Formats: sequence, C-alpha cells, structure tokens
Amino acid sequence: MKKFLLTLLFLLPALLFAQQPEVEMADTMRSNGKIYVVLAVVLVIFAGLIIYLISIDRKVGRIEKEVEKK
Amino acid sequence: MQKNWWKILAVVLLLYTVIAGFMMDVPRKPILHETIRNQYFHVCMWFAMLALMSVSLFYSLRYLRNNSTRDDVYAAESANVAILFGTLGLITGSVWAKFTWTEWPVWSINGWWVNDVKLNGAAICMLIYFAYMILRNSIEEEQTRARVSAVYNIFAYVLMIVFLLVVPRLTASMHPGNGGNPAFSKYDLDNRMRMVFYPAVVGWILLGVWILQLRIRIRIIQLTKSGTLYS
Repeated sequence: MKKFLLTLLFLLPALLFAQQPEVEMADTMRSNGKIYVVLAVVLVIFAGLIIYLISIDRKVGRIEKEVEKK
Repeated sequence: MQKNWWKILAVVLLLYTVIAGFMMDVPRKPILHETIRNQYFHVCMWFAMLALMSVSLFYSLRYLRNNSTRDDVYAAESANVAILFGTLGLITGSVWAKFTWTEWPVWSINGWWVNDVKLNGAAICMLIYFAYMILRNSIEEEQTRARVSAVYNIFAYVLMIVFLLVVPRLTASMHPGNGGNPAFSKYDLDNRMRMVFYPAVVGWILLGVWILQLRIRIRIIQLTKSGTLYS
C-alpha cells in the first residue's frame, strides 16, 4: 500500500500536466472551406509553371532535331 | 513519351504534395501551428539542392577522369540548378523563421535573418557556389576552365557538407536535428507527415532534374552549333 501511494505521488505531476493546452490551428479556415481557395490558387500557379516547363521542353526538342538534320 | 515517364511522376508527386500538404492533418504544435506544413516545401528545397550538388560532384569527378566536355556541362548546369533551389531554400527559410522564431511584426525590417548557425552556414555555402560560377566565367580557355572548376567543385562540395550538415550539429541551432534537437524522429515528424514528406522530396528532386535536363540540352545545342563540343 505504501509503495502504491508513493508511486501515485510520483505520477502526480504527469497526471496533472497530461492535459496539453489547445494548440491554435487553421480550424476555422477549414470549417468555412476557405482553405480550398488557397489550394486552388497554388494549383493554378503550379499548373502554369508545369505547362510552361513542358512547352520549353518541346521547343528544345524541336531545336535538337533541327541541329541534328544539319 | 516512354523516356519521359519520370517527368510525369514528378508532376503527379508534386500535385499530391500540394493537395495533401494543405489538406492532411498535421501534428498540433505551439509556435509552429500550421507552418509545420512548410516541411513539404522549404525542407524539400534543400534536399533537392543536396541531390543536385551531388550530381554536380559526380560529373566533376568524371570530368577529371576522362576530360569530356559533356561531363563539364553536366557538372556546371547541375550546380546552377542547385543554386536556384538553395536560393529558394534561403528565402523560404527566412520567411518561415521570421514568423516562428522571432516575434517581430510583419512590417518590421527586423527578424528576416535569425542568427542561427544553420542559416549562416547555408548562406556561406551559397557564396561558395557563387564563387564557383564566377571562377568558371573568369577563365576563357575551355579545358582549363573545366579542369579548374571541377577541382574547385570538389572543394566546394566538402565545404557545403561541413557547413550544412556538420557544424550545425556541433553547436546550438534552432533547426531540428541540430544542437541536440532531434529531426526525422517521432518527435517532429510523425507518420502522417512522412506520407507527404517523402513523396515530396522525390517530386522536388525530379522537378530539379527536369530543369537540369533542359539546361543541359540547351547548352549542348549551343556547343554543337559553335562547333566546340569535342566529346
């Protein structure tokens, strides 16, 4: 019994501080759906950059063929 | 198309990174809050830079063995793209640090540079590679330029490893994984984040290789046209 009480005493701080304070996150952003707007904007920029990269890739491919022909 | 499968993979992985990176649950941590999602973007810049610098080192070593102009082009262009990723890493890190490690308000001129050993190391490392580019451009004769810059590149790579991966671990740094802080452990990267982070690293590296391939192809065309591509 004494050992048990002693253990409980040592565990007391852990039990008391187990409750972590609530950490603020963008929950409201998500709950009203506005985060999707940010995602959409980022995706548009990303799509634009990738399409641009593909067009450069094809252009370089065309020039490579021209150089090979000569 | 069959040769370009990895470009499609890069786009798919990065699309997944952006969508899952914004939408998936992340650990709730004080100070960091939602900025923990920067892990998928800022940290990946450095991974891509390290990968491309390693490619550059490989081709520099190969150049010293066989003196092929092609290897010199590969080494120089990978260092170029790596510098692009490193610069992006510095800028994104500066923004992230200002809003988490300092309490200066947005409009304040202070707090854009935190005096952290890893930041300074990264900045020194970028300067070392700027010097590589300046060194390259200052030598007219192609063979000498290629040889001198290949030797310098080996030196630069070793310094980069020291400044980015060794020194920050020896002193106190606020970056995870340095100065006794754990990184990639259960404390700061849980399994939900791993599901996005590892594909993100591969995606960003592949995007870097894609840009690198374009730069190399353009350079090879230029050299072929001017008749200076010997081997």
